[in-house]
Amino acid sequence: MTTTTAAAGSRRAPKPARKITGRMIGMNVGRLLLGMFFAFPIVFMLVSSLKPDEQIFSDMSSLKAFLPVGDLSLENYRTTLDTVPAFRFLLNSIMVSVVTVALGLFINSLAAFGLSRLQWKGRGLVLSLVLATLVVPFETFALPLLWWVNHLPWLTHQGFTILWTEGWIDTYRVQILPFVANAFSIYLFYSYFQSIPKELDEAARVDGASWFRIYRSIVMPLSGPAIASVSILTFLPAWNSFLWPLMVVQTEELRPVMLGVSYFFQLNVAWGPMMAYSSMITIPVLALFLAFQRSFIGSIASSGVKG
Amino acid sequence: MSTTLAPQAAAAGAPSGTRSKAKTRSWVGFTFTAPALFLLVVFFFIPVGLCFTLAFTNARLISPEPTQFTGLDNFQRLFEDPLFWKSLRNTAFFAIVVVPVQSALALLLAILVNGQGRAKNFFRTLYFVPVVTSIVVVSILWRFMYAPQGLVNNLLQMVTFNLVDGTDWLNNTSTAMPAIIVMSIWQAVGFHMVIWLSGLQTIPSDQYEAAALDGASEWDKFRFITWPGLKETRTFILVTITIAALGLFAQIQVMTSGGPLDSTSTVVYQAVRTGYSQQQTGYASAISLVFFALVLSISLLQRFLTRDKDVR
Repeated sequence: MTTTTAAAGSRRAPKPARKITGRMIGMNVGRLLLGMFFAFPIVFMLVSSLKPDEQIFSDMSSLKAFLPVGDLSLENYRTTLDTVPAFRFLLNSIMVSVVTVALGLFINSLAAFGLSRLQWKGRGLVLSLVLATLVVPFETFALPLLWWVNHLPWLTHQGFTILWTEGWIDTYRVQILPFVANAFSIYLFYSYFQSIPKELDEAARVDGASWFRIYRSIVMPLSGPAIASVSILTFLPAWNSFLWPLMVVQTEELRPVMLGVSYFFQLNVAWGPMMAYSSMITIPVLALFLAFQRSFIGSIASSGVKG
Repeated sequence: MSTTLAPQAAAAGAPSGTRSKAKTRSWVGFTFTAPALFLLVVFFFIPVGLCFTLAFTNARLISPEPTQFTGLDNFQRLFEDPLFWKSLRNTAFFAIVVVPVQSALALLLAILVNGQGRAKNFFRTLYFVPVVTSIVVVSILWRFMYAPQGLVNNLLQMVTFNLVDGTDWLNNTSTAMPAIIVMSIWQAVGFHMVIWLSGLQTIPSDQYEAAALDGASEWDKFRFITWPGLKETRTFILVTITIAALGLFAQIQVMTSGGPLDSTSTVVYQAVRTGYSQQQTGYASAISLVFFALVLSISLLQRFLTRDKDVR
């Protein structure tokens, strides 16, 4: 392709080439300005987290607001850790997100396997039930869900006595279990599994492999990209979730990072520590994103094409 | 397998053989799906069903008295509630501005960074940064920027040589919602840029080459190749942005708490406030039900409208 265009345009090559470079520089300057518009609040946050309050305010009237200059220290981070149990919040968020992702990967891929590689009565009905859940936004049933989980039973123990208790408010499970089964994850696995040849299953069946064995040793090892997509698309909302924890978590020890933010409003603390806290809860995701940006963007993109 | 079994099946009666095979598979297939299905029933279908039931009761989150059926009382109260109408208007305003502006901007960005190359990949990553940043963090940052002595006003003064002083954006009834709109578009536009991008990549490049040979301008290429080629992506983006816009909540909670004078209260914000802070689950379910009907009818309408255009 490139060779043909080069050959076709060879007679007039110099002129358009120069034009394109000039235009390209202009385009890239434009892109960079746009990029600054998208990055500057984040840069501002990271930079301000290192400055004392007075300096944040005095720098605000100039470009210094975006530059790590002046009296820089980690003081804000120390103040944050002293006023807010930030480590505890971080641990809670890590725990909740990781468990949600792990359980979600298992349960949703299992369901997708059952739906895509096995023929059974009711398969079509189950598939359309699962897909129907895609059109209902979480916000529309969050409050009935709150009422419902508040009435759900759970087995707890006191020493050796097993107790049948009611109410899931203020637990880890209420932050995890409602988000494990996810129609979108099932759908991503489902469409990925469709691309894996079914002959592999047949061959393994002849060799006497169970269906679970086929799932575990054939289909899943071939599904790296789907696993990556589902992990990212489950992790991000789990880490960033706000509405649900706001409703179901009251105890400080169980709070995820996003709820920690409300501390700062209640305590009316200075902006510096607030920027430090915001940075602390953003940096892990930002680092993950920069490390896996291709899969991040790819998984969002594939979700669009097929959706 | 089929070769060894085929003669036997033919001899012993094929129907019974296939039926028993289908039966075992049916059981196995359902077993694989059962855990996910169970969770979906418990945490999706039952709560959605409860939304329809609780809306007709006086249920409270924690109540010593038994829940009673109250008929249409909640809805009557809702339709007489000025806050509801205000929240509905605010939500509609937000969606009406955000849906076209954000989708157009996202498309513009996507065209800017479409194609291969290290630079384009770099910019793509850069524009996507706000998407991975939590909306809660973003709301805090912008709240700071919108403050009377904040970045936005300083910038305005700089650009206009002190002619414009700006305002206390989030505490001014006429600027609070527009300020939230600008921030929300900024945060989410990268997400939809990526979806437009994936759509752009499905358009074969030889179409552009052919058009270039015919001497088509950039605008012609966009009108006759890009735009028709993005038909399916368009529907998807329209529906997702609308649903996301109608669910506006976190920004309101963090930035304005619905104020000033309820000028930024939205349907979801109102539902959460009544259902959670005031513990009136029944009334909140009624709000949710109206909201659900709204979301569903709008996305169905969009599907219908975009489909109608396809036929022509």
